[in-house]
Amino acid sequence: MIDRRTMLAGSAALAAASLGPHMAFARTAGEKRLLVLVMRGATDGLALAAPLADPAFRAARAKWLDTYADAPKLDGTFALHPALAETGRLYSAGDALLVHAVATSYRERSHFDAQNLLETGGTRPFERRDGFLNRFVGLLKGSESPAIALASALPLALRGSNPASTYAPTTLPKASEALLDRLPDLYAGDPQLAGLWQQARQTEAIADASDMDSLGRARDAGTLAARMLADPQGARIVMMDLAGWDSHANQLGMLQRRFTQFDELMKAFRTGINPVWDDTLVLVVTEFGRTVAINGTNGTDHGTGSAALLLGGAVRGGRVMADWPGLAATQQYEGRDLKPTMSLEALTSGALASHFGLDAEKVMRSLYPGRTDRPIDGLIA
Amino acid sequence: MTPESIALNRFGLGYRRGDALPQDPRGWLKRQIAEYVPSPKALAGRSVNGEEVARVIADTAEFRAMRNAAREDADNPEAAAMMSKERQQDVRRDLVADIALRGRLALESDTPFIERMVHFWSNHFAVSTDKAQIPSLVGPYEFGAIRPHVTGYFGDLLRAASLHPAMLAYLDQWQSQGPNSRAAKMRERRGRPERGLNENLGREILELNTLGVDGGYTQEDVKELARALTGWTMQGLPAAARAMPQSGGAAFFDYIHEPGMRTVMGRSYRDTGAGQALDILDDLAVHPSTARFVATKLARHFAGDTPPESLVERLAKAFTDSGGHLPKVYEALIDAPETWVEQPVKFRQPWEWAVGLLRAGGEMKLADRQFAIMLRELGQQAWRPGSPAGWDDREASWAGANALYRRVEAAERVADLLRLEDVRELAEAMFPGSLSDTTRQSVRWAESNEMGFALLLVSPEMMRR
Repeated sequence: MIDRRTMLAGSAALAAASLGPHMAFARTAGEKRLLVLVMRGATDGLALAAPLADPAFRAARAKWLDTYADAPKLDGTFALHPALAETGRLYSAGDALLVHAVATSYRERSHFDAQNLLETGGTRPFERRDGFLNRFVGLLKGSESPAIALASALPLALRGSNPASTYAPTTLPKASEALLDRLPDLYAGDPQLAGLWQQARQTEAIADASDMDSLGRARDAGTLAARMLADPQGARIVMMDLAGWDSHANQLGMLQRRFTQFDELMKAFRTGINPVWDDTLVLVVTEFGRTVAINGTNGTDHGTGSAALLLGGAVRGGRVMADWPGLAATQQYEGRDLKPTMSLEALTSGALASHFGLDAEKVMRSLYPGRTDRPIDGLIA
Repeated sequence: MTPESIALNRFGLGYRRGDALPQDPRGWLKRQIAEYVPSPKALAGRSVNGEEVARVIADTAEFRAMRNAAREDADNPEAAAMMSKERQQDVRRDLVADIALRGRLALESDTPFIERMVHFWSNHFAVSTDKAQIPSLVGPYEFGAIRPHVTGYFGDLLRAASLHPAMLAYLDQWQSQGPNSRAAKMRERRGRPERGLNENLGREILELNTLGVDGGYTQEDVKELARALTGWTMQGLPAAARAMPQSGGAAFFDYIHEPGMRTVMGRSYRDTGAGQALDILDDLAVHPSTARFVATKLARHFAGDTPPESLVERLAKAFTDSGGHLPKVYEALIDAPETWVEQPVKFRQPWEWAVGLLRAGGEMKLADRQFAIMLRELGQQAWRPGSPAGWDDREASWAGANALYRRVEAAERVADLLRLEDVRELAEAMFPGSLSDTTRQSVRWAESNEMGFALLLVSPEMMRR
């Protein structure tokens, strides 16, 4: 029933089945950790880090400027959204790098297509079936870094031929100990299920999520991600979605809530990951940005350039990295959006390569085939 | 596995509590082809025809117009948000009802092999509810466009599925415009930006629905098919009010159609308006690459992740010889020795496992919402594969640790709800002649019937087919 090919290509769990009690995740897992957070719905980079020194920004967003009255200044140009207090602290500590005017190579304005490209790393929507992060797992082979999506189904970014799994707290009632105790006997003659079951028990123990019933609470999500990555037997790559950034209407209140949630998540994550913070990279990305101008419903519409965040103990942070294009009408992309001056693909491949000690050009070719951008250097100390 | 257990579990959707066991497994499966009812009683209250689809689309368009008007109302800034929220709740409730209906149809089906084929084809022509509009169209899509054609010709299924408004919306076909269409020329005269061709549907039809990625087509074939498809849109859209209604709620709008001859896979097609795309689809449906692609997917579903080449050839031949008559392909599947190997060949996907659980219990018991939530927690929300490629049909995608743990939790929950008293006999009936001593003893020694049923539901026999 399990042919040899499945054995070779199959899940890490299969291999783990024969390895004894504490080897469900291979012991050779490297020390480096990666957390990828995808803000789905297109985050307004100009709200995340506001270019207060740009007169065109002040003019276009005049009625929202009060938001940034007491906001932490990142440098002479940019101020961080005031809800991002913890992110600001990490920035001050040199552990957060703000990247601005960045976008993938996608230049239309459909969430659906843009997220597909963000996740597959392809150049045309739906051209590729596997995800960039799954291919990255493939590059780490030999060090066997297990990848987990904190989600009930595997996101496209992690789908593909390399092993990746999911974990999500559940609203299902906890199974009784009496039942759990009987399963090793039930699976005694079945190496695959026995291995999976052992891994499941171990993951449940690492997650220790009995007090959570979903990823809805930001603090829980941050804590869970940290537990998964911090544990020596845990995952080395974790991916999680942050939904709800499509701010067409009443953006001020909506983004205040979203940024607060993100910041709570980061704070909980930072606390939990503390022992291995220096080995940890957090990458925060979104599919595209939003219009410079405020629309008729106190929101912004689908745009192009946005911002990204790199956080972690080894990140060369405490700075804003941007080739700022300016926001005057003639400087905008198609007369409406922040013009992207940096490639998100180059940023991602540069950051991942440097964090995991891989050849950046090779990472670029594998994750983003067909791109000519040079991976960005100097992101990680 | 015995032939009886294979017929029940590998071909069917699992034994249904109270049913007699099939005496003649192959005959039982073949009879289902003729006995299958596309619109059984459970569907009676659910309108799924083209008129209903057009109504849903018009209703959505009307809602959007009202909400946009509300957004302009400066005195009441929360009104539009409230409208959207209420709308979302309504759509969600209807979707949950459709998901539960899908479960009920599978539970109640007397032709579970063909019911499995409904799920198979729905996944072959996948749409996904993570895209706007799909939650309210996917029920009518599967119930109204897939179900009636699963025992007919593949070509008819292809037409019904790939030109249904659910698919036209999912792959943005309705926004595609011929660069030389009258509409494009009008836009140009008025100085409005070009809208242009959208290749999504054209590409997915070739790659995912017919020829397959290695089926021998080129990017130019994709473009030509996309050009032929321009004009296909849906009824109920204000922008397509003058379009000609087509079946299933679709419409054809000549105004945005790209004029001219098209060449796809070396054949030329005259511009007959709506008929041009239909002519191409009809040829694609019987193309040898399509036969092979469909045969490979079917073989993978019934003979394992890496199906024997002999089975693929057998099925492709049945497909080609019959012009894509699906009953002939099903018969070939049933007659093939490769689909009757004793060892289980597939790890059950969460949907299959959940349906198997319903049938083993013999009744729904779960509320609509509980059923939908259970599927989500098991990792396979119905109609939400997240990609036009549909759910992957390989073991590595499903045999996961977290997935197994969630099954254990769900099994105990359902066992507690059902409180069955005949679990030992049920175990023998579910896997006739195939129950392992380990499972039999686990069930027998369980401290309660509920525990015994939960163990049965997560036993190795139940995880695979």
